[in-house]
Amino acid sequence: MPARARPLSPHLGIYRWQIGNTLSILHRLTGAALALGIVALCYWLISLAGGDAAYGSAIRVLWSPLGILFLVGWTFSFLYHLLNGVRHLFWDAGYGFERTQRHLSGWIAVVGALVLTSCVCLLVWHGARA
Amino acid sequence: MSLRSPLGRVLGTGSAKDGTGHWWAQRVTAVALIPLTLWFFFSLLLLPALDYETVRVWLAQPISSLLAVLSIAVLTYHSYLGTTVIVEDYVHSGSGKVVSLMLLRFLYVLIGGASIWAILRVALGSPAL
Repeated sequence: MPARARPLSPHLGIYRWQIGNTLSILHRLTGAALALGIVALCYWLISLAGGDAAYGSAIRVLWSPLGILFLVGWTFSFLYHLLNGVRHLFWDAGYGFERTQRHLSGWIAVVGALVLTSCVCLLVWHGARA
Repeated sequence: MSLRSPLGRVLGTGSAKDGTGHWWAQRVTAVALIPLTLWFFFSLLLLPALDYETVRVWLAQPISSLLAVLSIAVLTYHSYLGTTVIVEDYVHSGSGKVVSLMLLRFLYVLIGGASIWAILRVALGSPAL
């Protein structure tokens, strides 16, 4: 290989942040977060097979302040990845490429995920108090 | 004029040697996960409580354990496909890439296998560990 510096495509930093690339990055970030969530899900399932005491200690970990922070994060990640994933599937089928459609569906995915996450939190909080 | 070999054109593969297999598997699992994950999420959310006995009885029901096993299987496969792309994008060294892709695959088989094993133990009423 010749040791000659070849031209590279412009680095990410040169582009202006827009809704399209922001949501694309968020899709990958939430996907990575959900991969960690699968490990937590596995831990929870094994604790269930482990019996009452093991399950109790797993719940104490997951229901600690830090655990709840992660659970809320995973809830948002799941809902956003789901909504934005459906958006991607529509693109794969050839629909929704117009500028206004792209922007509208993007905002629906983010705002929808935030609203649904709040609903889930309220529901769980209400259930825990009742 | 195309530089592709006749064999490559017949097999429909590009430089990655597996054609659209990875892409297509990611879409198929994504579609399957829409009902599966929604079922899992809402089942847990709508349980009257999340104590040991309630969750154990729920997961031991035939329909719950079947759908839970399917959810875990498809979920780990979909997640494996996604994280593989992340590693391929950001790990550039040849040996580092091979080692991390192999480790990733082992981890996913371990996590998926252990989760399904746990669900089956609950479903079949095995004694607590």
